[in-house]
Amino acid sequence: MDAAMDTTWLQIAHLFPGGMVLVSFLLMYQDRMSGLINAFAVHALVLALAVAWQAFLQDAPHLYVTALLALVFKGIVIPVALRRIVEHLDVHRGIETVVSVGPTMLFGIGLVALSIVVMLPVTVTTDPLAREDLAFALSVVLLGLLMMVVRRNAVSQVVGFMSVENGLILAATGAKGMPLVVEISVAFSVLIAFIVIGMFLFRIRERFDTVDAQALDGFRGEQP
Amino acid sequence: MSGAVAVVLVLALPAASAALLVMLPGLKLTARLNVGASGLTLIAAATLLVHRPPAGLFLHVDDLNVVFLLLNTFVGFSAAAFSAGYIAHEVETGRLTARHLRFYHAMYQTLMFGMNLALLANNLGLMWVAIELATLTTVVMVGIYRTPQALEAAWKYFILGSVGIALALFGTIVVYFAAQPVVGQGLPAMAWTVVMASAQRLDPALLNLAFVFLLLGYGTKVGLVPLHAWLPDAHAEGPTPISAVLSGLLLNVALYALLRFKMLLAANGQALAPGPLMVMLGLLSLVVAAFMLYRRRDAKRLFAYSSIEHMGIITFAFGMGGPLANFAGLFHMAMHSLTKSAIFYGVGLAAQAKGSQRLEDIRGLTESHPALGWGLVLGVAAIAGLPPMGIFMSEFLVVSSTFARAPWLALVLVAGLLVALGALVLRLHGMAFGAPHGPSERITASHVPMFAHLALVLFAGIHLPGAVVEWFRHVAALLG
Repeated sequence: MDAAMDTTWLQIAHLFPGGMVLVSFLLMYQDRMSGLINAFAVHALVLALAVAWQAFLQDAPHLYVTALLALVFKGIVIPVALRRIVEHLDVHRGIETVVSVGPTMLFGIGLVALSIVVMLPVTVTTDPLAREDLAFALSVVLLGLLMMVVRRNAVSQVVGFMSVENGLILAATGAKGMPLVVEISVAFSVLIAFIVIGMFLFRIRERFDTVDAQALDGFRGEQP
Repeated sequence: MSGAVAVVLVLALPAASAALLVMLPGLKLTARLNVGASGLTLIAAATLLVHRPPAGLFLHVDDLNVVFLLLNTFVGFSAAAFSAGYIAHEVETGRLTARHLRFYHAMYQTLMFGMNLALLANNLGLMWVAIELATLTTVVMVGIYRTPQALEAAWKYFILGSVGIALALFGTIVVYFAAQPVVGQGLPAMAWTVVMASAQRLDPALLNLAFVFLLLGYGTKVGLVPLHAWLPDAHAEGPTPISAVLSGLLLNVALYALLRFKMLLAANGQALAPGPLMVMLGLLSLVVAAFMLYRRRDAKRLFAYSSIEHMGIITFAFGMGGPLANFAGLFHMAMHSLTKSAIFYGVGLAAQAKGSQRLEDIRGLTESHPALGWGLVLGVAAIAGLPPMGIFMSEFLVVSSTFARAPWLALVLVAGLLVALGALVLRLHGMAFGAPHGPSERITASHVPMFAHLALVLFAGIHLPGAVVEWFRHVAALLG
């Protein structure tokens, strides 16, 4: 392929990971459960596109499996299951936050800046395709962690964790020729299935709040 | 038995018996099979001492992982033996049903498989998957009693463990990024032996970044402060044999993963020194856990905090590095695994005898159950670091090697050890002595595993055989 074509294709390869960072921000300011789950489905969809594009660019057909897994499992099955959980367990439809949305968004922007500042200088030697990919992936991971911290509700914590995992899959597929990517994405899917089944079976609605020490002592069976 | 066969057996025995145990009914049969399979795995692991297969791209055996593997299969075997009696009592009292039981034994062997695979893995991705598998099985086992507390503990362990594991995977990916330009694409760039051989040519900046993630990720699984929140709950709410395996083995496996990457950074030369970070986290764990010991009201939580303390000491010793400190760290790790699992066996028996694991309900054990009571006294004396037990020796080595190189750190270390000693003696006094009260049942389960471990620890404290010293010295040199 000629050079101009090559650049365009690289731009597309950057477009999807960049899109994932944007959707991570979308996840952050959802205040309704249904909106959050929809936004996560979009997150998974963009991941599937990014992975499929990598599979095409790297000429690595096994990555299509990962892309398909992301699309079907995380884009469709998990959102449907989460919606069921919200309905059946009578979870609050609104989302309680520990920190309000404004500061969280600002902090999130800071995290993205941080990951770019950290990543770009150390990846000078790696190929340009992987370089920005890794910076974006780190941003998605950090934003997901941030979300797990600022949300009180178990469903949104799980969504936060899954967005972390999407970031990891993005990083792994960006690494050219990395072995075991498919296996790792399957392992992660098993993990997530476990979490969701566990929530459903054990009716876990709330995160166990670590701010209220009194309640915590009760849970721990450590009353004086 | 050739080396290659032994490696296959170490993995296949637990995997096959897990599959078998899911299908088999009956307590006696499954418990026996569990013990038998663990015993055979131990024998297979022991043959690896003599016969070693050459390193492959997926599995390898070297001097370092053989130490861990032997410890792992040994404690796995004795915990299975303890668990047979313990679980029989749990079934009698109706805390576990036959359906749980099948599940329990199958999960036990899956856990052993996961840990053995993580130790034998040469492929860094495979190691990560194995540690994830081991974590998942323990999550299930921690929640097996289905009480609200057990479910809360399992959920917390799950979420924190998953975050840790996610960070560790990111670190692993970054290591691949560093290795790929040097080693080339594909499997070799994930194989530890291959990456290690060309460690000097890896990009140090990428390795630094990777190590931060790996330290936080696997450090969560080691239970280092401030990433330890899951550990006490997971130890307290699960069945006691699992607490013993968690404390004695799974924490070691996570530390092993960390050590592999530490060796990589050390071999690179230009990357940041991983030692100071580990020293800092280790000391912090030691001091925080030592103070936390005072406010515990639950026996298993008490010893869970003590595990955090000891993992802190071990991480500290490996962080200091050098032949002597590494030797002390390895020795301490082995001693801690043996002692802590013995203590958990004892606490499990005490909790069954008294019908409660609250410290205020467990009193005067030396009067009501002399064998168990004195066993616990011996175990706690060992874990507190009193002579002539093995832990005294290993702690002495850690402290003396630190005094020679960084006296200020040694002062903090000694202060932490003394604080922990005070707390443990205080609690032990209440548990073992005084007038017994409350319900008191006869103990049916065996004391043998507990006393076997304690005898080994005592023996190691009095006289460590020259062959073992030579072996540990060699491994310590490998660790750099």
